[in-house]
Amino acid sequence: MGEEIDRGRRQLLTVATTLTGAVGVAFAAAPFLASWKPSARAKALGAPVEIDIGRLEPGAMLKIVWRGTPVYVVRRTPAMIASLASNDELLSDPGSDKSRQPAYAKNAERARNPEYFVVLGVCTHLGCAPQSHFAPGDPVISPDWPGGFFCPCHGSKFDVSGRVFKGVPAPTNLEIPPYTFADSRHILIGLDEVRAI
Amino acid sequence: MAIARSNAAAGGRLRTFVAWIDERFPMTALWKEHMSEYDAPKNFNFWYYFGSIAIFVLALQILTGIFLTMSYKPSDLEAFGSVEYIMRDVEWGWLIRYLHSTGASAFFVVVYLHMFRALLYGSHRKPRELLWIFGVLIYLALMAEAFMGYLLPWGNMSYWGAQVIVSLFGSFPWIGDWLVEWIRGDYFISDITLNRFFALHVVALPLVLIFLVVAHILALHEVGSNNPDGIEIKKHKGPDGRPLDGVALHPYYTVKDIYGLSIFLVLFAAVVFYAPEMGGLFLEAANFEPANPVLTPEHIAPIWYFTPYYAMLRAVPAFAGTQVWGVLVMFAAILLLFFVPWLDRAPVKSIRYRGPIYKVALMLFAATFIMLGYCGMMPAEQPYTAMSVFGTLYYFAFFLLLPWYSRLDSHTQEPSRLTS
Repeated sequence: MGEEIDRGRRQLLTVATTLTGAVGVAFAAAPFLASWKPSARAKALGAPVEIDIGRLEPGAMLKIVWRGTPVYVVRRTPAMIASLASNDELLSDPGSDKSRQPAYAKNAERARNPEYFVVLGVCTHLGCAPQSHFAPGDPVISPDWPGGFFCPCHGSKFDVSGRVFKGVPAPTNLEIPPYTFADSRHILIGLDEVRAI
Repeated sequence: MAIARSNAAAGGRLRTFVAWIDERFPMTALWKEHMSEYDAPKNFNFWYYFGSIAIFVLALQILTGIFLTMSYKPSDLEAFGSVEYIMRDVEWGWLIRYLHSTGASAFFVVVYLHMFRALLYGSHRKPRELLWIFGVLIYLALMAEAFMGYLLPWGNMSYWGAQVIVSLFGSFPWIGDWLVEWIRGDYFISDITLNRFFALHVVALPLVLIFLVVAHILALHEVGSNNPDGIEIKKHKGPDGRPLDGVALHPYYTVKDIYGLSIFLVLFAAVVFYAPEMGGLFLEAANFEPANPVLTPEHIAPIWYFTPYYAMLRAVPAFAGTQVWGVLVMFAAILLLFFVPWLDRAPVKSIRYRGPIYKVALMLFAATFIMLGYCGMMPAEQPYTAMSVFGTLYYFAFFLLLPWYSRLDSHTQEPSRLTS
């Protein structure tokens, strides 16, 4: 039983206790930090949405809301699909290189199946909802209008593949959400592929 | 005679009561240390009103905020309606809400003037670096508090302002998308986001603010106040050990501050009663419509006190495929403030004795900050974009070149005692 204080031992114990305590604090913090993640209910409400496209007419558009965001589904006519090729010169990102979309939508049609076009109805400029003006030469826009989407807020223009035209405020093409065909009549928004259960 | 005797007896009982407390809690000691025997320089001028006014506005915000929470409902279905309810149906509810909304803008006016005072008289210089750092932390906490509070009315500008600011975090590489989802707690700004912003706005951040304000005042009273001459009054003490050029905070400056406060309240009440919207600056027109996730307001601009930084954000173009640079510039502009005490190398503190370079640079800085604020409210088009780029460059140059031009600058000899 020495009277001497073993400073080395005391320091070791202090450091060891502090480190153990810090690990405990980190573990105790985890539940609080994790509680900020989307809750089970939020995840359920944000789950993939199934859309029935069986009765969608050629040239018509459906609007649904997925995760609080409008999603457009357009059944394009062969004429609309054919018109896409002639737009390239007028577009600022014809190859969708700077834009956001799943890999299977990185083509001129920006779709899995050229006939059905699925896109987020959110302008890439400031998030307004673009309107559909599919008729070429729509007098509301201009006589040489090739047909597509028009954003009423700041005048951004997109073709029927959601590709942005040059000289408008929107920087990139409209975003394509993940989606897949559940069967020939149904599209699932929010899922890249149907997983086997 | 009888009255005099009973007064003396009452005084005696009061003294006994105070003594009873002092044996159990340092009431008199605290009063002396921070009020009746805290020696402040005797030459405080107009610029020294804003610290005490800021404390008053904080108290006002807490008081009005408590009463607002009694009628407000933090849910996406009820929030907008409950604010209308406060405005129309709650007795004096309109006044309590206008005091709170005007108080938010007044807080920033006062804090900006208070910070400008520090740059004028070198109040951030040694030995007051930590005092300044606590101040910058208060400014940061205040910005977070104001941003979260702005979502609560759940108007369309509330919604889209939060949408734009929260998505800034999405530009960070790798973690961006996950971070945005974590902040919102959902895949879009929703009821969940509103609820947590409410908790942060009414509980967490006010506690942080109060703690920081106490630390700010303790740091101030530890080192002592700076003054318009930028010299230390503690260098010349009388035989009683107290600074010769100091006067007690109470009653001398409490009386002066009450006078300043009364002038402030005249102006404040004029805004509350006659211009609570301040032409759309304090309460934006787009916010009189409920939040609509599928309809963006015509022109999204943050509220006026954030616009200088918003202008900086937009001044930086996207390159290398990301917009993160603007976000980094905006955060850097605020982080830079922490280093100002070490960037300034002038041999004198106060603008009174500094040379022409700093005088001109500081005035241009104030003008540039106001210009940036103006550009941040305007659409992102010319000439505002070019002005924002120039303003951002000047903002950074003012601080980052300070180590050089503050030494190059001439200065005059500062006096050893206060001048007026």
